[in-house]
Amino acid sequence: MLLAVLGMAFLVLPLAGLLVRAPWSTMPERLAEPQVLEALRLSLVTATIATAVCLVLGVPLAWLLARVSFPGRRLVRALVTIPLVLPPVVGGVALLLVLGRRGLIGQWLESAFGFSLPFTTAGVVVAEAFVAMPFLVISVEGALRAADLRYEEAAATLGASRWVVFRRVTMPLIAPGIVAGAVLCWARALGEFGATITFAGNFPGRTQTMPLAVYLALETEPDAAIVLSLLLLLVSVAILAGLRDRWVTSA
Amino acid sequence: MSGSEQDPGNGRPRLEAHLVVERPRFRLDVELAADAGQVIALLGPNGAGKTTALRALAGLTPLSGGHITLDGRALNSVPVERRPIGVVFQDYLLFPHLSALDNVAFGPRCQGASKHEARRTAGAWLERVGLAEHAAARPRQLSGGQAQRVALARALAVEPRLLLLDEPLAALDAHTRLEIRSRLRRHLGDFDGATILVTHDPLDAMVLADHLVVIENGAVVQQGPPAEVARRPRTDYVARLVGLNLYRGAADEQQVTVGDVIFSVTERIHGPVFIAFPPSAVALFRTRPDGTPRNLWQAAIEGIERHGDNVRVHLEGPIAAAADITPAAVADLDLTAGQQVWAAVKATETHAYPA
Repeated sequence: MLLAVLGMAFLVLPLAGLLVRAPWSTMPERLAEPQVLEALRLSLVTATIATAVCLVLGVPLAWLLARVSFPGRRLVRALVTIPLVLPPVVGGVALLLVLGRRGLIGQWLESAFGFSLPFTTAGVVVAEAFVAMPFLVISVEGALRAADLRYEEAAATLGASRWVVFRRVTMPLIAPGIVAGAVLCWARALGEFGATITFAGNFPGRTQTMPLAVYLALETEPDAAIVLSLLLLLVSVAILAGLRDRWVTSA
Repeated sequence: MSGSEQDPGNGRPRLEAHLVVERPRFRLDVELAADAGQVIALLGPNGAGKTTALRALAGLTPLSGGHITLDGRALNSVPVERRPIGVVFQDYLLFPHLSALDNVAFGPRCQGASKHEARRTAGAWLERVGLAEHAAARPRQLSGGQAQRVALARALAVEPRLLLLDEPLAALDAHTRLEIRSRLRRHLGDFDGATILVTHDPLDAMVLADHLVVIENGAVVQQGPPAEVARRPRTDYVARLVGLNLYRGAADEQQVTVGDVIFSVTERIHGPVFIAFPPSAVALFRTRPDGTPRNLWQAAIEGIERHGDNVRVHLEGPIAAAADITPAAVADLDLTAGQQVWAAVKATETHAYPA
């Protein structure tokens, strides 16, 4: 009992500390600072685009893992979940090695299209998507495995092709799983720090997302860091509340 | 939409199938044929392979051998979504995220109809099954009987040439079942393609089908018109289904020998035969009745149970039999399990036919 209370305190107290130490009197001005708004906008935009990328690539991948039996499937699944356990900094380094200016693919991108990812907003999206996609894939794969295959058979007997079955039957049936996965993915992308700062750097307005801004502000202007942190906390709580109301309790 | 608009006079069966599905420790090997407008019931105990046969016809289970020909066209290698079939699944499998109307419109839409057209077709079908006012309802808002009718409308809306029904009444309660059975019978009567109906309920099979195919352990054990199957069962399973005592015996003129028991029968017949009689034809006595030793044997009571308004007495002895007697007779005879009794059957109530 005591340990449980301690455990809870350990998780809750730091958050309470944020609230206690927040510079409430100057909050409105600080929130209105262009730097803060810029970082917030960048974070929301990149996290949303990263989530979209994850949906486009991750849902088919989840479908492949859940529905198609091929040799090496277990290995692929293990590889897909690596970013989940990999320190994000390592992910950033890996991305640099592959997509950096001298990277395996980056080199070719640069020479063929004059296009370079590192230290750009697109780079932020890539870093966030890399780290966040496993959340989506795992969630969607779980939903696909739990879905009743017989509905898909029923659709096939009505003349639906594989694609129509997927679009009109499978997708709606696993929609809660997709939404939950997308929200987790988005939250993870929003909080992404290590891979982003390694791969995309820390340029205000271009690659400086909220977590990077918090880190930077902590050294120069601690109060600003608290304000930014509170903002992120607020977003997290909002996500949690939204998730719970819609998908967790009804499931 | 009735059978008369079609040309049933070409004489060629619409469906001809030889279904072979091999599984570890199970082999299905059945031949089926169905004419236009005909309803074939696949009847059999659980695990006999009925549903496997249906899935093979639908293309959901691949054939290990054999063939499926529908209207002269080979279906074996046609993928499920291109087969001209309609399937009603045992628990209907209505898409939970679509309204009743959109469930029915799903098929026509897949066949290339516009959204508007598909919905109009679906509306007409819901009207036909008497559910027009439930068009907007989600499947979970429908009762079992309503869901069954939506599932039937959904299967028929693709205008299939072959309709496959998997235990279409099994999920319904007794009261709904009665009503839905007669509705289903009417719709099957209007349907001009071939129908294969899987059921383990003999009553469903008798009421709905023109022809019964009884499957046990993956093979056809008996087939024929329902009345014929009911009158002349050829396996213990079928005999139990239709409520008859059934034995194999040797006939010589009007006498059939089953083990130690000799029956006199009305048919003139020779050689190996089946002999069947209803439990209600069996009379029980405490002491050996006078008269002919035929149609009479001594048995022990294995069990007694209620059976409708009567009492069913299970007998063991030279032949196992069921006897239906009145509760008054049970009291008069003071019957209890384990007791020895004499059992007799009237010759006019027995029925012997070649095995």
